[in-house]
Amino acid sequence: MQPKFDRERHCSPVVCSLVAAALVTAKGLTKHFDDFVAVDGVDFEVREGEVFGFLGPNGAGKSSTMRMIGSVSPVTAGTLRVLGFDPSTEGRLLRARLGVVPQEDSLDLELTVEENLLIYGRYFDISRKDLAPRIDELLEFAQLTDRRKDRTEPLSGGMKRRLTIARGLINRPDLLLLDEPTTGLDPQARHILWDRLYRLKQDGVTQILTTHYMDEAEQLCDRLVIMDRGKIVAEGSPSGLIAEHAPREVLELRFPVGVQDGVVEQLEGVATRYEALADRVLLYTDDADASMRAITERGLAPEQTMIRRSTLEDVFLKLTGRTLVD
Amino acid sequence: MATPVALRVVEANFISYRRVWKGSAVTSFVNPILYLAAMGLGLGSLVDDTAAATTLGADSYLEFLAPGMLVATTMITATFESSWPMLAAIKWTKTYEATLATPVGVSGLIGGHFIWIAMRLLAVSTVFVVVMLAFGAASAGDAIVLLIPAVLVGLAIAGPVSAFTAGRESEQGIVLLFRFGITPMFLFSGTFFPISQLPDLIQPLAYLTPLWHGVEVARRMAIGTATTLPIWQHLGYLIVLFAVGAWLTGRYLARRILP
Ligand SMILES: Nc1ncnc2c1ncn2[C@@H]1O[C@H](COP(=O)(O)OP(=O)(O)OP(=O)(O)O)[C@@H](O)[C@H]1O
Ligand SMILES: [Mg+2]
Repeated sequence: MQPKFDRERHCSPVVCSLVAAALVTAKGLTKHFDDFVAVDGVDFEVREGEVFGFLGPNGAGKSSTMRMIGSVSPVTAGTLRVLGFDPSTEGRLLRARLGVVPQEDSLDLELTVEENLLIYGRYFDISRKDLAPRIDELLEFAQLTDRRKDRTEPLSGGMKRRLTIARGLINRPDLLLLDEPTTGLDPQARHILWDRLYRLKQDGVTQILTTHYMDEAEQLCDRLVIMDRGKIVAEGSPSGLIAEHAPREVLELRFPVGVQDGVVEQLEGVATRYEALADRVLLYTDDADASMRAITERGLAPEQTMIRRSTLEDVFLKLTGRTLVD
Repeated sequence: MATPVALRVVEANFISYRRVWKGSAVTSFVNPILYLAAMGLGLGSLVDDTAAATTLGADSYLEFLAPGMLVATTMITATFESSWPMLAAIKWTKTYEATLATPVGVSGLIGGHFIWIAMRLLAVSTVFVVVMLAFGAASAGDAIVLLIPAVLVGLAIAGPVSAFTAGRESEQGIVLLFRFGITPMFLFSGTFFPISQLPDLIQPLAYLTPLWHGVEVARRMAIGTATTLPIWQHLGYLIVLFAVGAWLTGRYLARRILP
């Protein structure tokens, strides 16, 4: 098994604090499928111990990026280093240290839960003796201990997803790649998964995940990038991105049908910025109460008002003019 | 010491096979018994021994049929092993994709696939040869060498069929392969009657089939009939077919699963 990059051993404290162990470094990373540009020269860095997210709508290039990191898709242009390896020439060594949870589960549905883990462990050449306790542990982690002898096919979507995550952990990876870990799950199943991923983070497992859901990104990610049409359009921590690109609060106003177009001009100045959507107006403001008072003073009477805090969705809307889930 | 990646794939196949081995073992025994009894003894009783000796070069129809049937059986096994489970792993369950995310690369995946198939072919043909011995259709001395053309025909089928499967988008192609490729080959490649009985126009087609080459060699080993070409050329053709098929399988799979 490949020894992990050991900071204590390999460099002096000063240098190491500067290096801050980037596990993944991408520069100008590009992926073409024939003429189509799926990933268009992206730069990013993932540091040890963090959870790093790719947020973006369908077709943004999230999975294509993940697959290049996982060395299952050749890089078209740019440079990529993962755990110190070059994925194009040292793929085998790299994959031995990665855990992968693909967008689709890819379990062997005819096999039992336990056999899926056994086979995968053997692909990493972990001895059966070492695998036995590890499988017990992972089944516990995935809350599947009582289903271990059952065929995989009839498991629920959430169970299959947890099994896929457990499978990705069989080799105790240094880096876990999760492609849309909770898409298609009900809210309760999502919360269970979030809890499991949070525990992994506590154990120091570096994670890269993709998602369509801003609440998921806000919950799980230390840092994230927003991708759109193969490009990175913003980068930062969830709160940092919101602070940078959107005022603290959003005041949503609904006017009676036909009235909105006539009144939007009069909203000028009551907030930092406004966005007129088809069915409502969003006012971005640092003080929603003050903005509300200003609206009333101008004699405007919206049918409905709602105050909420700004989310990543607002950031995305501002940067791309589109919502996240197409 | 690290286990070679291909053998990890073979082990995975073993683990899957544990689930079905009983049914599979029974089939491997029952099929040859049924064929040799029905065709060899039943149908064969219509062929009198002088006719068998003059036109077939065998003491009985059973003796003529058995080595051909052995080789045809491995062909069928090889076709199944390199079509349905492989298409499922590529397309439906996507387990190949999961496998390639591990240190097992395309070469390990393909290597394991063919080693596994070779082992299945060896098992199936061993059972068949045991049944032949029981029917008195082979002598103990010939039993072992008969395994050589049997396994090679299987591999010569498994290579190209795997490549074909690796390029398929739906099961339609595989259904057609069985209907218009494997079934005619099974019937018209010299297993049931010498290809000299075929119309002259069609005969050359039989020369192209791996099954005919295997039947020639197996029959020579079992009952000493002369082969059309030297044995090494028949077996060489089978090996080349396998090698080309295996190489193409790797290319198609890599293009498909590692875009
Ligand atoms: N093998 C392929 N061949 C051709 N085009 C591809 C291939 N894989 C992906 N693409 C295209 O590349 C673009 C990016 O796809 P990708 O799967 O990376 O998007 P994504 O951000 O993961 O989207 P989603 O949220 O829907 O999973 C899409 O337009 C897709 O059609
Ligand atoms: Mg995707």
